[in-house]
Amino acid sequence: MRRAVLGVGRAAAWRIRAGAESGQQRQRSPPLSPVPAPPPPAFRFVSRPGPAGSESETVEQSPPQSPGPGKAGDAPNRRSGHVRGARVLSPPGRRAHLSSPGPSSSSEAREELRRRLRELIERSRVMIFSKSYCPHSTRVKELFSSLGVECNVLELDQVDDGAKIQEVLSEITNQKTVPNVFVNKVHVGGCDQTFQAYQSGLLQKLLEEESAYDYDLIIVGGGSGGLSCAKEAAILGKKVMVLDFVVPSPQGTSWGLGGTCVNVGCIPKKLMHQAALLGQALCDSRKFGWEYDQQVKHNWETMTKAIQNHISSLNWGYRLSLREKAVAYVNSYGEFVEHHKIKATNKKGQETYYTAAQFVIATGERPRYLGIQGDKEYCITSDDLFSLPYCPGKTLVVGASYVALECAGFLAGFGLDVTVMVRSILLRGFDQEMAEKVGSYMEQHGVKFLRKFIPVMIQQLEKGSPGKLKVLAKSTEGTETIEGVYNTVLLAIGRDSCTRKIGLEKIGVKINEKSGKIPVNDVEQTSVPYVYAVGDILEGRPELTPVAIQSGKLLARRLFGASLEKIYHTLFWPLEWTVAGRENNTCYAKIICNKLDHDRVIGFHILGPNAGEVTQGFAAAMKCGLTKQLLDDTIGIHPTCGEVGNRRF
Amino acid sequence: LEDHLTGQRDYDLLVIGGGSGGLACAKEAAQLGRKVAVVDYVEPSPRGTRWGLGGTCVNVGCIPKKLMHQAALLGGLIRDAPHYGWEVAQPVPHDWRKMAEAVQNHVKSLNWGHRVQLQDRKVKYFNIKASFVDEHTVCGVAKGGKEILLSADHIIIATGGRPRYPTHIEGALEYGITSDDIFWLKESPGKTLVVGASYVALECAGFLTGIGLDATVMIRSIPLRGFDQQMSSMVIEHMASHGTQFLRGCAPSRVRRLPDGHLQVTWEDRTTGKEDTGTFDTVLWAIGRVPDTRSLNLEKAGVDTSPDTQKILVDSREGTSVPHIYAIGDVVEGRPELTPTAIMAGRLLVQRLFGGSSDLMDYDNVPTTVFTPLEYGCVGLSEEEAVARHGQEHVEVYHAHYKPLEFTVAGRDASQCYVKMVCLREPPQLVLGLHFLGPNAGEVTQGFALGIKCGASYAQVMRTVGIHPTCSEEVVKLRISKRSGLDPTVTGC
Repeated sequence: MRRAVLGVGRAAAWRIRAGAESGQQRQRSPPLSPVPAPPPPAFRFVSRPGPAGSESETVEQSPPQSPGPGKAGDAPNRRSGHVRGARVLSPPGRRAHLSSPGPSSSSEAREELRRRLRELIERSRVMIFSKSYCPHSTRVKELFSSLGVECNVLELDQVDDGAKIQEVLSEITNQKTVPNVFVNKVHVGGCDQTFQAYQSGLLQKLLEEESAYDYDLIIVGGGSGGLSCAKEAAILGKKVMVLDFVVPSPQGTSWGLGGTCVNVGCIPKKLMHQAALLGQALCDSRKFGWEYDQQVKHNWETMTKAIQNHISSLNWGYRLSLREKAVAYVNSYGEFVEHHKIKATNKKGQETYYTAAQFVIATGERPRYLGIQGDKEYCITSDDLFSLPYCPGKTLVVGASYVALECAGFLAGFGLDVTVMVRSILLRGFDQEMAEKVGSYMEQHGVKFLRKFIPVMIQQLEKGSPGKLKVLAKSTEGTETIEGVYNTVLLAIGRDSCTRKIGLEKIGVKINEKSGKIPVNDVEQTSVPYVYAVGDILEGRPELTPVAIQSGKLLARRLFGASLEKIYHTLFWPLEWTVAGRENNTCYAKIICNKLDHDRVIGFHILGPNAGEVTQGFAAAMKCGLTKQLLDDTIGIHPTCGEVGNRRF
Repeated sequence: LEDHLTGQRDYDLLVIGGGSGGLACAKEAAQLGRKVAVVDYVEPSPRGTRWGLGGTCVNVGCIPKKLMHQAALLGGLIRDAPHYGWEVAQPVPHDWRKMAEAVQNHVKSLNWGHRVQLQDRKVKYFNIKASFVDEHTVCGVAKGGKEILLSADHIIIATGGRPRYPTHIEGALEYGITSDDIFWLKESPGKTLVVGASYVALECAGFLTGIGLDATVMIRSIPLRGFDQQMSSMVIEHMASHGTQFLRGCAPSRVRRLPDGHLQVTWEDRTTGKEDTGTFDTVLWAIGRVPDTRSLNLEKAGVDTSPDTQKILVDSREGTSVPHIYAIGDVVEGRPELTPTAIMAGRLLVQRLFGGSSDLMDYDNVPTTVFTPLEYGCVGLSEEEAVARHGQEHVEVYHAHYKPLEFTVAGRDASQCYVKMVCLREPPQLVLGLHFLGPNAGEVTQGFALGIKCGASYAQVMRTVGIHPTCSEEVVKLRISKRSGLDPTVTGC
């Protein structure tokens, strides 16, 4: 009897199929062949008025990346022919051979097994987990044989790891017994369910269904997570579609492909931050001998235009890279309507339907509103700020998230009058000592803070660009209310997942009703096996800032662990600030070490210029098990801010 | 300890040289309760420049160098500013005097700070020029000629180095200056010829160009010897595209002062053999440094030096040929000439002498950064060195051309922004070296140096989440190997 590791067994099983029907596999992997530009998304609009027969024509066109005319012609029949048993009969005894990939006691080995099983299921048209002596298994095998359908069979009593596999299968399917039958990735069930499905016609439908899927993978959301996933899947030879649609903000702002980071997040944020830093650099430069007399003014429109131009080039770049990788991009709003089927609605309200074997939800988040009188009418959010066509003027920033503080920081850097209204603490989830230092630095640089207040009403006093708004706020501790007049009110009080209006309930993807986030297992799989989720909408995952990861760990230790940490810290004065006469005793760094684990560094915090550039390498070092001793042994680069870690602690 | 109690010698520790290394030794020993003296004396440069306590780094090295580099960077930022909405009329002129005064004031405040620190820790400081009388005694001569004898149980030599003059070149000493002088010039150096290919040469030419001066670098053979040569040539390429002129393969033969005060330099093009001349306001020699050992009378104490370099020979414990005499820093043969290595070596030495420690200084994987206009940070092996040690077949180089986000809006060229990681090819692909060319290279490199110290592998670096959007995240996103032949240009996030 042939034995092989699971991976090899899978390959062998795949070869059986490939040999049986050589066209099928090749049909599905055309990304390297020259691909015409993605067809206009309108080609399958159901509601499109057109000549009779256009519907069938468009079916011919789909899938859009059919490799060549000859094969495209085969497409409609290639699988149904199979079901009819016209081509190859597969004896029921044909097996996929498996054995243990190694010590399987650890969770890692179990994870590996789970991954391999899933691959086996995904790659087999019919996958039967069986036992050679089980009469029910034999009945199921005979059924498929009589249908002329080739099956991939794994006899759990004939592999070393049969019991483990059965356990993992029961985790995946909630079915403990064999036979355990999958048809086109869909879990059909045991013997009875399979025969029921056969009698109801569902089995035949499932067997045919795969050929009807337009795509291997449809990704809902064209942000950082969705796009990288799309490109990677396309590189792996999958037929991929990205649905991306930006619902305009209440103020009417919308943008192009790329998601939050590129359009209304990291990129414009850091560029405006850089603009503010340049203001500081201009002040510094006089002390370094650069001579100009005039009062330097900042022009919001010039900056915004330059930044928006850069973003447009990035949007364009994303479109190109999707096209290069033969990923279909459709600028439509995606909403699940039934299993494996999604409705895409474009700007004009035209609806198109697409199907796919698998889906990834990567819809991200959008800024939250207060839910008070006047907020949606008059306030802006980070969705609007970066493309605001006029200078926001005197601004109230509501919130204490990093978004709030970053926006307040650069606005003040342009010389604007900025106030931050904070309900409770700054930068929740971050190290609070660092957070307070950030706050006091900002305060020293002209940002005003209104602590323990929340807005209750926004009124417009004057229209204009910007207009004038009256903000009424009340104390969180007493009955005190205050009133202020601002040109702009920027809400930065948090973000909500875009998961409630995409039809998840239609297919049974569970979301956390309170947060709107999607719980996933450790392979990003949702409660519906063929639907995955990535990015900001995941429950219990940080929104991808390594600092948040680390702070979360520390918080847990503070809450549940004994004090095992030693903290080393220092104030420092960046060399560049000396001549410029900027303040001393402001920049600060600290490390946190675990005493019980050889003073292993478990936290690194730095407040000062180029903090991102400094932190990255330290993060890599922490991944490698950095200890205080190693930190002491590493030589600093002089004179930099990065060397504080090595010299001062 | 008995000697100390019987009071036979004046000090437990005498440190000769008040630079970064020497001061670190003195302060560490004082903290461990020892009686310590530091002697420091700055021999004026041939042009008469002199400075206070703190040594090369503080006075004529890292500190003023990076501040002038910062002045040059600010010039670039001023040009960026209009793109970001700041309404600054261009061009903005630069005033050398104002910069130099500000830089010098900062340096003077550091000199003062070092004095105060020594006083606080009860370290005796003598501003005298020292030479050995015997192996435990040093004779110091003060400015006025007054002599003083100091004896100590342990002596650490940390006198550092000074720029070399090409004394065989006519006019070199009379008309040229060095890095000892440039930072203390009251007036702008004007059109400057920088001779040399060291990092000092490139850094000086870089900031001179950056503040708007006409600067030319004359290089005899290769730039940045010992650094990764691909990176070095990109550094030069960047400087050349930003206005620094280069005379490659040329060697100067004489310098003359013209009647109008300008300096006429004659040089030979070593490839064609032809002579050429040019006129400059300032000629800056940056052709290397010599150890400051000649006036120490080392032979009186029996301390051995290298006959080639005159540097002091030491063992791994920083011990010289005389058991109780040690040497650290730039004056030592075979050590990197870097402030942080001198400081760390000094502190570890003193902890071994007086603190019961046995930790030795580890000179491997010392990170450093060259502050040329586009900064070059590196740690570990160059690609050449990695290939020489492990063989081409066993080395995998991952690399990327990237564009700093800040460059986009300002329309800056990023052709030379480049990062490469040299790894062993065998999984898990241990990282042998990291080379980073781009803004804030020092800040980027520091943390990765720690990673390499922790034995980082390519796989571990790839598992590190990037910080977005920064330049340093390019390091954790390195996916393209040189061997693959794929285009290493980063596109998109």
